Amino acid sequence: MSDDQITIEVDGKSLKADKGQMLIEVTDANDIYVPRFCYHKKLTVAANCRMCLVEVEKAPKPLPACATPVMDGMVVKTQSKIAVDAQKSIMEFLLINHPLDCPICDQGGECELQDLAMGYGGDVSRYQEKKRVVKDKNIGPLIQTDLTRCIHCTRCVRFGEEVAGLREMGATGRGENMEIGTYIEKSVNSELSGNIIDLCPVGALTSKPFRYSARTWELVQKDGIAPHDSVGSNIHFHVKGDRVMRVAPAENESINEVWLSDRDRFSYEGVYSDDRLQTPMIKEEGSWKEVDWETALDVVKEKLNGVIESYSAEQIGILASPSSTLEELYLLQKFARDIGANNIDTRLRQADFSDQDSVSQFPYLGQAVSEFETLQSALLIGSNVRKEQPIINHRLRKSALKGAAVMLLNPVDYDFNYPLAAKSIVTPAQMPNELASILKALIETSDSSVDDEAKQCVENVNVTDAHRTIASKLIDSENAIVLLGNIATAHPQFSLLRSLAGLIAKISKSKLGYISEAANSSGAWLAGAVPHRHAGGKECASVGMNTNEMLQAKLKAYVLLGVEPELDCWDSRVARTAMNDAELVISLTAYRSDEIENYADVMLPISAFVETSGTYINNEGISQSFTGAVPPLGEARPAWKLLRVLGNIFNLDGFEYQSSADVNTEVMQTIAAIKPENMDHWRSPVAIEKNGADLQRITETPMNMIDSICRRAVSLQQTDDVSDGAIHINTLLADKNNLSDADTAKVEQDDSAVNLKVVIDDRVPDDCVLIQSAHPAQIDLGASFGSIRIAKA
Amino acid sequence: MTNTKTTILSEHTRSEIDMWLEKYPEDKKQSAVLAALREAQHQNDGYLTTELMDAVAGYLGMSNIAVYEVASFYSMFETQPVGRHSISVCTNISCLLMGSDDIVNHVEKKLGIKTGESTADGKFYIKCEEECLAACCGGPMMMIDHKYYENLTTDKVDEILDSLD
Repeated sequence: MSDDQITIEVDGKSLKADKGQMLIEVTDANDIYVPRFCYHKKLTVAANCRMCLVEVEKAPKPLPACATPVMDGMVVKTQSKIAVDAQKSIMEFLLINHPLDCPICDQGGECELQDLAMGYGGDVSRYQEKKRVVKDKNIGPLIQTDLTRCIHCTRCVRFGEEVAGLREMGATGRGENMEIGTYIEKSVNSELSGNIIDLCPVGALTSKPFRYSARTWELVQKDGIAPHDSVGSNIHFHVKGDRVMRVAPAENESINEVWLSDRDRFSYEGVYSDDRLQTPMIKEEGSWKEVDWETALDVVKEKLNGVIESYSAEQIGILASPSSTLEELYLLQKFARDIGANNIDTRLRQADFSDQDSVSQFPYLGQAVSEFETLQSALLIGSNVRKEQPIINHRLRKSALKGAAVMLLNPVDYDFNYPLAAKSIVTPAQMPNELASILKALIETSDSSVDDEAKQCVENVNVTDAHRTIASKLIDSENAIVLLGNIATAHPQFSLLRSLAGLIAKISKSKLGYISEAANSSGAWLAGAVPHRHAGGKECASVGMNTNEMLQAKLKAYVLLGVEPELDCWDSRVARTAMNDAELVISLTAYRSDEIENYADVMLPISAFVETSGTYINNEGISQSFTGAVPPLGEARPAWKLLRVLGNIFNLDGFEYQSSADVNTEVMQTIAAIKPENMDHWRSPVAIEKNGADLQRITETPMNMIDSICRRAVSLQQTDDVSDGAIHINTLLADKNNLSDADTAKVEQDDSAVNLKVVIDDRVPDDCVLIQSAHPAQIDLGASFGSIRIAKA
Repeated sequence: MTNTKTTILSEHTRSEIDMWLEKYPEDKKQSAVLAALREAQHQNDGYLTTELMDAVAGYLGMSNIAVYEVASFYSMFETQPVGRHSISVCTNISCLLMGSDDIVNHVEKKLGIKTGESTADGKFYIKCEEECLAACCGGPMMMIDHKYYENLTTDKVDEILDSLD
């Protein structure tokens, strides 16, 4: 270490620095401020704004601190006349063309140029000439451009190339005609695109949904945790009065660094959707009536007790969103089990629960989020990780660009923003076979002992060189991981995929990880919101039904927490039928919709994510608590309070909590001893069946359809990452059925049929169709995977 | 990552690009972007379309925007439709002293268009003045489609323009 350390002097202070560091990194680390526009610690050095010029002794002219490597004994002056004069001159240059109309600019008040102009700008401009004017571009629903204000720092361009992995912005033209933009009229499509709003030091790129709705000095910043993926990105809510005006990332180097996915940045719009439920409502003789909380809860008590008395508590099914907080889920399962209802689940988009007893305490990511950037190889099974978990993908991309072998087994040829070392695109039914082949290749090359069951299982599969390559990459890497994604979790043979993946990980000495879907997928397991385990992972004496069993059994009553079953469940048709046929549906929901109003009997308004305190446990097992940033809308109440009161009016013991922190303390005691790990927690693989030749359905949930908040976020719904309600087929299948793009196809699954628009999509393998879930057009079809038929309508 | 049809590049264009690609290392394909754009522009009668630039991007494994940046930066690339024959009359200092203004006026008058415009029949395009074309010893001079014509007189200009098809 000492060999690499040198000493420099800045403004008379002696500072330690590492060899090779840039001057600005050292001054930043020592709280010496050097003004800058183009430099950003997470991007490469461009040195094109020249604002960071400082005086370096023995150098003939001022040097840019961002591009000047430190040298032993270097003497730097950041405040000297030479430095300040240089900075003032640069500021004058920048302001030649930049408009001086801060009062009408949306960036006003939080603008780096405005701030620095206060310090370094003159009070009168010496220029009389006309300023350049650049036409605005429409680059999509999320980002507003005002390119006349651009100072060509190229942070957005470098972000696209280096972080988003999708170069969409560029600097076209030259000299004073240079413009930042996309050149052609197109939307910026990266799942991380919103970050260029934060990066832009001026008002050239601002948030479109937020535009002209508040001034920064009116906003109060509050902390929160992002609710739409399992990473748990740290966020800031910017609040005006009682309303969240926008969301920005909070820095947390070990989780989201300084970035935030578009989904987590813009979903707040969904909180203020027109269909927010603001008062408790009960259905009386088919029509909805607003009531006060007391009445509503009495009705809930009466009706639930009615079901228990007439049938039994086993006739109650409880479905909760895995985006609910730890406290909500804990109280929900406590309430449920105390009234004798054991059917509770949060695994909504899963079908195969057969090995649930043998699996680990929660679907653990396998390693820390930050460790994704130091991998040597990764095998991704059934995952569009770029859209499912943008932050994990970003870290994984860093590994891939450093040479890690990212390998893929998917039923759809998703676009990745880094090179893949191996890619296998097969039908869902072939996925176990492919894994078995990789396993067999591993058994062939590895000397570690494998039990006979596993050997028998892979006896009849073929191994090709492709499988051997994947196997050898995993074996040769000291730091490798096998990951199961959302599509694997939804696969009808998830347990088989899990066991094969587990064995592959074990033999290749890799880690095994699950990329779980929602903010609290992990917390849900730990809180006991699964039918077979109590909080803390204790086995249940009487195991309840899982999501699919509950829906297929057509129970008499359902209690829903933040769930729209017809959009959120694996089998949308069965889910909707179960709701429609039930005698009683109690929906704890932030929203009302035609569907909910149709099947529910009681709607209890709960607060949305920014309105409640609580805790999310992320995919790597980190517990992050937050407080409500704004009060709930109308009469809505945080679900944990509602569940506490429910416990009280049912006269249950142990519901005397004063705050969500009390609940949290209780849950944390039960889970404190749990160490996250996945290895050896699976069944040995059972025989792999030969798959039929049927046409198979594949279902994906586009990133902005994942939960009820995203589905109501207006701007997110205008992006490409939403369900199109169409059927995606490849050219071959289209030709076979005489279908072309935009035709209508009659799609049949089991005994129901719907007409869907055809989209020719060659990412889909032969003998498969891809349907995007959570779209009203396809609810009647049913299960996410399985046999399907199509014909020209 | 770029998903574009490279087939709109003619076979000839592609073989020319391949010739240039051989001069650069395998992983530095983008080095050939200037040559590739020149060939693509040549194939399309003197100007580039977005489709052609996308095709070049696809062919060289670059992102589309990176090719737009290059094409819009260099003055020898036209990104809007222009006449088939591109006429650049040098008006830098040496040519100016030798009477390039008269040549410009003559060309404009003869073709009935102003500098920066194309004739209605799509035959000629007078390019805006850029930089010195480095033929000072032969001023006044002009370049038409990469060919230099020096020591110009108005008669000589007539002759040259009339000889073009």
